[in-house]
Amino acid sequence: MQSTLFHRAAVGLTSLMISGMAVASDWTERSNENLRPGVTGVSQEVYDLHTTILWIVTIIGLLVFGLILVSMIRHRRSKNPNPSTFHENVFLEVLWTVVPFVILIAMAVPATRVLIELDDSSKAELTVKVTGHRWKWEYEYLTYEDDNNIGVSYMSNLATPAEQINNPVLAGGLFPYGTAQDAVGSEFPEKDKNYNLEADNPLVLPSGQKVRFLITAADVIHSFWVPDFGGKKDAIPGFVNETWTVVPEGKEGTYYGQCAELCGKNHAFMPIEAKVVSQEEFKTWLAEKKEEAAAAPDLTPFADLDEAMALGEQTYAGACAVCHGNNGQGGVGVAFAGSDFATNEEHLDEHIDVLINGRAAMPAFGAQLSPREIAAVVTYERNAWGNDTGDLIQPQDVQDHE
Amino acid sequence: MSTAAAHDDHHHHAPTGLKRWLFSTNHKDIGTLYLWFSFAMFLAGGLLAMVIRTELLEPGMQFVDPEFFNQMTTVHGLAMVFGAVMPGFVGLANWMIPLMIGAPDMALPRMNNWSFWILPFAFLILLSSVFMSAFGAGNPAAPNFGWTFYAPLSTEYGPASTDLFILSVHMMGISSIMGAINVIVTVFNLRAPGMTLMKMPLFVWTWLITAFLLIAVMPVLAGAVTMMLTDRHFGTSFFNAAGGGDPVLFQHVFWFFGHPEVYIMILPAFGIISAIIPTFARKPLFGYASMVYATASIALLSFVVWAHHMFTVGMPLAGTLFFMYMTMLISVPTGVKVFNWVATMWRGSMTFELPMKWAIAFVILFTCGGLSGLMLAITPVDFQYHDTYFVVAHFHYVLVSGAVFSMFAAAYYWLPKWSGVMPNKLLGELHFWSSLISVNLLFFPMHFVGLAGMPRRYADYALQFADYNFWISIGGFWFGLSQLLFLAVCVLCAMKKGEKAPARSWEGAEGLEWEVPSPAPFHTYDTPPVVK
Ligand code: HEM
Ligand SMILES: [Cu+2]
Repeated sequence: MQSTLFHRAAVGLTSLMISGMAVASDWTERSNENLRPGVTGVSQEVYDLHTTILWIVTIIGLLVFGLILVSMIRHRRSKNPNPSTFHENVFLEVLWTVVPFVILIAMAVPATRVLIELDDSSKAELTVKVTGHRWKWEYEYLTYEDDNNIGVSYMSNLATPAEQINNPVLAGGLFPYGTAQDAVGSEFPEKDKNYNLEADNPLVLPSGQKVRFLITAADVIHSFWVPDFGGKKDAIPGFVNETWTVVPEGKEGTYYGQCAELCGKNHAFMPIEAKVVSQEEFKTWLAEKKEEAAAAPDLTPFADLDEAMALGEQTYAGACAVCHGNNGQGGVGVAFAGSDFATNEEHLDEHIDVLINGRAAMPAFGAQLSPREIAAVVTYERNAWGNDTGDLIQPQDVQDHE
Repeated sequence: MSTAAAHDDHHHHAPTGLKRWLFSTNHKDIGTLYLWFSFAMFLAGGLLAMVIRTELLEPGMQFVDPEFFNQMTTVHGLAMVFGAVMPGFVGLANWMIPLMIGAPDMALPRMNNWSFWILPFAFLILLSSVFMSAFGAGNPAAPNFGWTFYAPLSTEYGPASTDLFILSVHMMGISSIMGAINVIVTVFNLRAPGMTLMKMPLFVWTWLITAFLLIAVMPVLAGAVTMMLTDRHFGTSFFNAAGGGDPVLFQHVFWFFGHPEVYIMILPAFGIISAIIPTFARKPLFGYASMVYATASIALLSFVVWAHHMFTVGMPLAGTLFFMYMTMLISVPTGVKVFNWVATMWRGSMTFELPMKWAIAFVILFTCGGLSGLMLAITPVDFQYHDTYFVVAHFHYVLVSGAVFSMFAAAYYWLPKWSGVMPNKLLGELHFWSSLISVNLLFFPMHFVGLAGMPRRYADYALQFADYNFWISIGGFWFGLSQLLFLAVCVLCAMKKGEKAPARSWEGAEGLEWEVPSPAPFHTYDTPPVVK
């Protein structure tokens, strides 16, 4: 656990007492209580607009509450035994209709300006197609400067290990985890600083260039949101939404975001990690990625079961565990541990097929995982958790699968 | 008063025991049923919220699985909106509208019975899926797509129990529509002689307008769930892009219902507060006519702001601007109401009995919610706020410390009339202060975590949100437990334990309901009173 309840109470209490100061953790660059100005021009404008309206509503609120307070003190029966009887005042009523109206217009003008600016995603140098999947993001680089044929795309999964997330204190019935002991031993691992925000393959962007995002989804609605870029846009199956950002040069760094539209079980576990690098670095990275994509798949056979199992375990944790459970116990997806499907020779071919092509709620992994990874993970599922079938599937078997 | 008592003799055959409640056509008994039902749902929905807050006490998954967590947020929202708030206001309408306009009963008493008795079954159907889930039947068993049930999460990806959910929403809708028809017919036909429309108490006015909203939008909700049903089972593709449909259409249809719905949940509250503040300020309501017009304009505007819930779906610029301007506009009549209440208090002679305490808390906290609503209306900034805890904070301020607080105010105000005894002061004071402090501990920090970037409907969160979430959970448990005090207050009143209440239970109270004895006899106004 990050800290004990008692510790948290103590930290919370101190932070409440010294309210206004940065709360007792090292999140100086990530505000604990206010919107962040972010790193782009738009995010800064949005932040300024937020600050302005926050002041306006605070002042209106304090005025109204002040009047109520004064009235409660001065116009209580002990102070004012004879109530007056007025119940109308045309001047006042017109006044408090017109004044708010004027304030609203004052707010609407800058809001309209920012909206119009946001709407213009033309003249982008880089176009990235972002696809929301349950529960990961896919980034496809479409065009960069004059290159219209990049062909680089990859999946980005949560990188926080399951042991850090699952700290069950109860088991059974309502609480479908095992106990803490079952899952991670008696100790709770510390949580990383970027707990639930870190991804295995970050989205890489160049600084100082306009990036256009084309946003869509493969299954349900998700929402693509990196707060430091200034806003979110929904990823909707069958639609392609547009948004854009420019991270100025000198602001290279890693920016985190999260899915912002309920998309099912692991909605809270599909972060966006955006790594902004200089243009040279970006070009090098992109060239490498292109080369990787062009290369023929690695079909080197596994020397032995152990080698396949090691890669399989890693792949399983990244791609399968969210639905099928850390210990193959099932969840949204079917269970493998001790199941007929994963142990009976008859189902071996089907096992490979489902992984490549998907079935019902099970997504197709053919395009996301290499033949080597698919072979490894099938091997893993058929040998881990006491399944011990001894089946060793080779990359070539997967490649040959029609 | 004497006429009411004399006419009581005709009705000796009033049934007793279970039959009295099952077959009741009496507006007071049906009102009581609605109110107890609403309170039961409030506690049930609250229990689910406790599960949510327990899981969110600390980062990491400690108690439930994220799938079960989603079921909790979904059913919590549905139970509170359709089970606690709406039936609560219908209960108040049943009890008070006939008493306030001098009618002997609701105009359509049998339909009244039916519209109540549909409800327990609707919720039995909905909640049964939660029990199935809790006891391991099927995974996932309960609806898990949020109270807004966006397609395709609820259609192609919905659990089997989505069909139970659809049936239950249909039943609630039928119940609401019948309740609304009853209010309209009663108000238009059964007013006592001399009770012109512009003499009606504001509670009756706001309910009349609410009833029209209900009739306009509940069929739209029914349409939405019917399209879901045919998408799920009969091969249509209303919301399925792969079949030529449109998932965004679902949101338009839902929010065309959903935004007027949020006003359905607040207009009757405006009526209650407009009854209570003048009583305890001993001064007539400021700007009665402008209150009526403000209510009507809020109701009309509420039909043209729905897309402010969907700014991030990618609408054309012109559409976005239109909905932004309309949404900003709706805060003008809302502001007028608040100013009118303050002006009613001004230079009054106030005392702060329990109903007044709740009413003042309502005015202040509802205003907080209205102001955050104004912030949400500013579209470019909503791109940041949307679907974060900031929105959760906004609607809990308007719905919990707004609508729910107004119902507490109403209960403390009219309990003497309903039960004949004054609500217990000590318990009532404890309930008020305890709720007031905890509700703010619960919901105020949600603004902070929301701005800091915590998305809503998250079963687990990044570490920078941990400190505030801990306090939010403590506030939640505290607020939840405080409501047991209210249960005690109600039980004491139901058992007639307490100081006997006079007909005019509060010194400054005006209106026909205070002319009949406390408790109000089983039948009132068999002969209509004459309103000067
Ligand atoms: C001054 C008046 C108000 C304004 C300008 C306003 C504005 C808004 C806006 C723009 C949103 C969408 C935020 C988002 O999802 O990004 C919203 C959400 C919401 N508002 Fe209000 N609001 C007002 C009053 C009310 C009242 C009186 C109620 C109910 C009693 C209410 C209930 C809600 C609810 C339930 C939601 C969230 C629904 C959901 O997504 O689950 N609002 N409001
Ligand atoms: Cu709305």
